[in-house]
Parts: sequence; structure tokens; C-alpha cells
Amino acid sequence: MKPEHAAVLPILLPLAFSLLVMFGRGVVRYQRAVVVGAMGLNLFACTWLFQWVRREDVPLEISFGGWNAPVGIAFYVDLLSATMVLVTALIAFCGALYALGDVGRRTWGASYGFFLLLLITGINGAFLTNDLFNLFVWFEVMLMASFAMMALGRRRFTIEGTTKYVVINMVSSFFLLAGLGLLYGKAGNLNLNIIAERLGSSSDDPIILTSCALLLMAFGIKAGVFPLYFWLPASYPNTGFTSAAVFGGLLTKVGVYAFFRVFGGAFAFFSELTGDIFIIVGVATMITGVLGAASQMYIRKILSFHIISQIGYLILCLGLFTKGAFAAAIFYTVHHIIVKTNLFFVAGMIAKTGRAEDLNKLGGLMRSSPLLAVLFAIPALSLGGIPPLSGFFAKLFVIQEAFEVEAYLVATAALAVGLLTLFSMTKIWSEAFWKDSPRNSPLCRFPKIQLVPVAILCSITLFLGFGVGPSYQISEQAAEQLWNQNSTMALEEETQP
Amino acid sequence: MELIIALLNGTLAAVGVYLLLDRNLFRILLGLALLAQAANLLVFTSAGLGDGSTPIIPKGAETLPAGHPDPLAQALVLTAIVISFGVLAFCITLLKQAHQRSGQSDVMALAKSQR
Repeated sequence: MKPEHAAVLPILLPLAFSLLVMFGRGVVRYQRAVVVGAMGLNLFACTWLFQWVRREDVPLEISFGGWNAPVGIAFYVDLLSATMVLVTALIAFCGALYALGDVGRRTWGASYGFFLLLLITGINGAFLTNDLFNLFVWFEVMLMASFAMMALGRRRFTIEGTTKYVVINMVSSFFLLAGLGLLYGKAGNLNLNIIAERLGSSSDDPIILTSCALLLMAFGIKAGVFPLYFWLPASYPNTGFTSAAVFGGLLTKVGVYAFFRVFGGAFAFFSELTGDIFIIVGVATMITGVLGAASQMYIRKILSFHIISQIGYLILCLGLFTKGAFAAAIFYTVHHIIVKTNLFFVAGMIAKTGRAEDLNKLGGLMRSSPLLAVLFAIPALSLGGIPPLSGFFAKLFVIQEAFEVEAYLVATAALAVGLLTLFSMTKIWSEAFWKDSPRNSPLCRFPKIQLVPVAILCSITLFLGFGVGPSYQISEQAAEQLWNQNSTMALEEETQP
Repeated sequence: MELIIALLNGTLAAVGVYLLLDRNLFRILLGLALLAQAANLLVFTSAGLGDGSTPIIPKGAETLPAGHPDPLAQALVLTAIVISFGVLAFCITLLKQAHQRSGQSDVMALAKSQR
């Protein structure tokens, strides 16, 4: 396998298999086999790509149709992209396994597998491309699939949340389109490397500033940062469990990734201007998210608000704008995707066992299913930042970087938010697991197959925690590559005049 | 010409946002459609408005003569139009479903009826 081929496979495989799914409409068993098989193959291809990029330590550039960068569309696979694609593949594989037990026959029959594969295609495309317009197209692929998955989720309650989700995401797409349109008028190209080269240091140009603000809004809505996140807790808890888990893990992180690519890469010369914005927005996102979670009693609402608060840490890292902060952000993202998806998975199992998602109605699960309690405790403690789990190190790195640049107030906020996160997790723990069940209704059993993805993700969380050395080293290497992409541009700028 | 297009663009965006802020589902839909057009028009104009001549690079030259608009922006707009068309079609279906299931076209009433 050539590396160029491996870099395209994360898009081609799910796309091709999604068509295969459509050939067996109505044959649920066939569809399930195709989806799990596709995700397995995709995981294999992504692992290979990740290993290659990590070993060679050079970003891989692919121009389609033999047209090089200024003309053709290019993919740019550095270690950050490869890592994100690998984590996506892992989540997709686990999601497919979980869907075997969670998604009903009717929903499978309505082409659930097709949309799941299409969603992964879009996400992988967004992670791999180096062209802003191409990024817009992949965003749309991803959003269309997620719209459909969200509407397919459950019969009741879905329409209202889906409406909010669809409308706000369409608005964000228009912001993105307008922003990149203005940028194209100025730079004459949308390849991120070329934009950075051509714009040089023209950071006071009003058109560039407008375009920058539009992109900030567009990615901000997608990532769910401080005043733009209201759609997230309104829509994620109302869809199916598998959809919510995959969305909660991956979709907002695509927005964060776009932030790092554009504002940490091509627009790096803006960092003095945007740095403060990102720090303020990041801290506000952290705090409002965690306070929102503290007031909720519905498990997936709590988890949705925690997505927001964790996004705050990542945006904060972008605001700190040091190489170490980027490395911390990359480690944090990987940890967060795995833990958050896992928590949504476990939430689905809790809801199935206790036949409710409202913490007031749940209880006694510790006695009836101790295994579930252990599987909840690992990701929950990791999210709360208890050593030696991955969340502790993720938060530690971020706070260390904040101290490094002497942002003590920010570090304090990050610590306080960590504490409140733990509070929410203990709330779920004591309400759902420890207290006696308020109802005498018999408990149901969750499908056994659901244990497999949860166990996989739990063991990866443990691995990231105990093997923090090597995994942080990879994050540092990825951050180094992202950083060098900026600094080579900075060097070129300096030598030009 | 640029002034007219700029005014048109601003009007489209303003009307789009105004409709989007309405509580009625169908006005929201119209607002989205207008906002899509505003964004498309912006991309279209951002590469400049030419004099209507064909953008062909003359023999021996490497780039288009000065003053010519970049035709690639128009290709981008074509893609964007198709995408916004598709997404709007989905949106119409979704909002129609929302309307049919709840019998409501008011967003607030819809939120209440689902609770």
C-alpha cells in the first residue's frame, strides 16, 4: 500500500461501502455486516496511515488529478490529521458495534448504516483536506448525514431538536461560505498553505478581518463555543443513543480541528488579535458549560453540557498559542473524543437497564448491574480528571501551559471547572447507581454486544492514562508539525522584505 | 454595478436574517433560502465583476489580463448553489414533517407540543 492510497482510503472506503449498503435495502442483517466490515477496514487503513506518518515524520501532500497546489485540490496529511482520522475510525467502529444492539430494525431498514458511513466519509474528508472550499463541501456531506441520522433517531421528541440543529448549522455553513468567498477574492486561492503565503502580514486589511470574523462565527457554531452552543444540548439528547455518542464524540471536534487548522495555521499571523478572543471565549465556554451541566437531571443533557465545557479547554489552548498548548490540545482532543463517546454509550445502557434517562427515576443500578457501574466509573472519573486516568493528564497539560504563560486566572478557572465536572459525574453516580430505585419496576437487560465497544474504549482510556509518556510524545510530534507549518511561513515573511 | 450588487447582497442578507428570526417555520425556511442566496452572491462577486468578455488566457501569456474576474469563483458558486439546493430540499421535508406531526407552525408551540 502506498501512503498516497492510504490517505484517500478513509474517504473512499466508507463512501464505497455506503453504496453497498444501499444495494441491500430492507435486508437488515446484510446492512449490519457491511457497516461493521467497512468500519473495520477503515480502522485498519487509518492505523496504517497513522503509523506511516508517525514514522516518516513528514506531512504527506496529495494533489488530485496530478494538478498541483495552486490549481488542484490538495489533501495535507500531517500527524494531527492522521491522529484525528485514526480516532474517528475507532469511534466509527465502536459506534457500528454499538448500533447492532441499540438501533432498532426499523431504523436500520431506513438506511441508518448508509448515513453512518456517509457521516464518517464527511468527517474524514474535513480532517484530511487542505482546501477551505473543500472543507466546506465535506462539512456539508457530514451535516447532511447527521441531519438524517438525527431525524431517524427516535420517533418522538426528535423533530424539534432536529429543526434547531439543522437551522443553526445551515446558518453556520452560510457564514463559512461567505467568509471563504471574501478570502478568495483577496488571496485568489483557498489552499491553506497558499493563503498564508499570499496574505503575508496584511492583517489590518478590512476584507481579511471580515472574512476572519465570519470564519470565527462559522467554526464557533460548529464547535459549540460560548455564546453559540445553545443548539447542542437541545438536539443531542433527543436523538438515538448511537447517533448521540458519535455526534458527541466527533462533530464538535471537527469544528475545533478547523479552528486549529485555520487560526493556528493559515491565519497564524492573527494570533495576537485572536489569542485574547480565544482565551476569553474558551474560559467562558468552560464555565457556562459546566454550570449548565450542574443544573440538569437528564443524563444525556448533563453529558451534552460537558461536551461544551471541554470544548472550552481546547479553545483556550488555541488562545495560549504555544507549541506546548497545541500538544496539550491534541492530547486533550483524543482523550475527550474517546471518553465522551464512551459515556454516551454507557448512558444508553443505563437508560435501557433502568428504562429512564431522568436521574430522579433511576436508582439501584449498583446492585443490579455492577459491571455497568465499573464501565461508567472509568470514563466518568477520567472526564473528572482523577489520576492516573487520561483526563487527569489532559487537564494537567493544559493547566501547566497556562502557568507557563503566566495566565494564573485562566489556570484557576480550568481547575475549578475540573472540580465541577467531577461534581456532575458524582451526581450521576449517586443518583443512578447508589440510591435505591424509586420505582419497583423490574430492570431490563441491555444487549450484550454493547459491552464490546464500551470495553474497547475503556481500555483505551486506561492505556492513554498509564501510557501517557508515548501518547503525549505523539501529541508533541503532531503539534511540532502544525507549529512548523506556521513558522516556515513566518520565516518566509521575514526574509521577503 | 458593484454598488448595486453590494446593496442587493446586503438586502438579501438583511431580509434573510429578519425572516430567520421569525417564529413561523415557513418564514424560517424562506429566511434560510435568502441567506443562502446572499452567501452565494457574495462568493460570486468577491472575485470581481468583469466586462463580460471570455476569461481565456491569451497565447503566450501565463495569466488572465488584468481586470478580468477569476472564473474559478463562479465554479465555486455552482457547487455552493447545488449544495444549498440539496440542504434546502431536506429542510423543507423536515419542517413539513414537523408541521404535520404537531399541527403547529409556530416554533414555540412546537417546542411545547413535543414536551
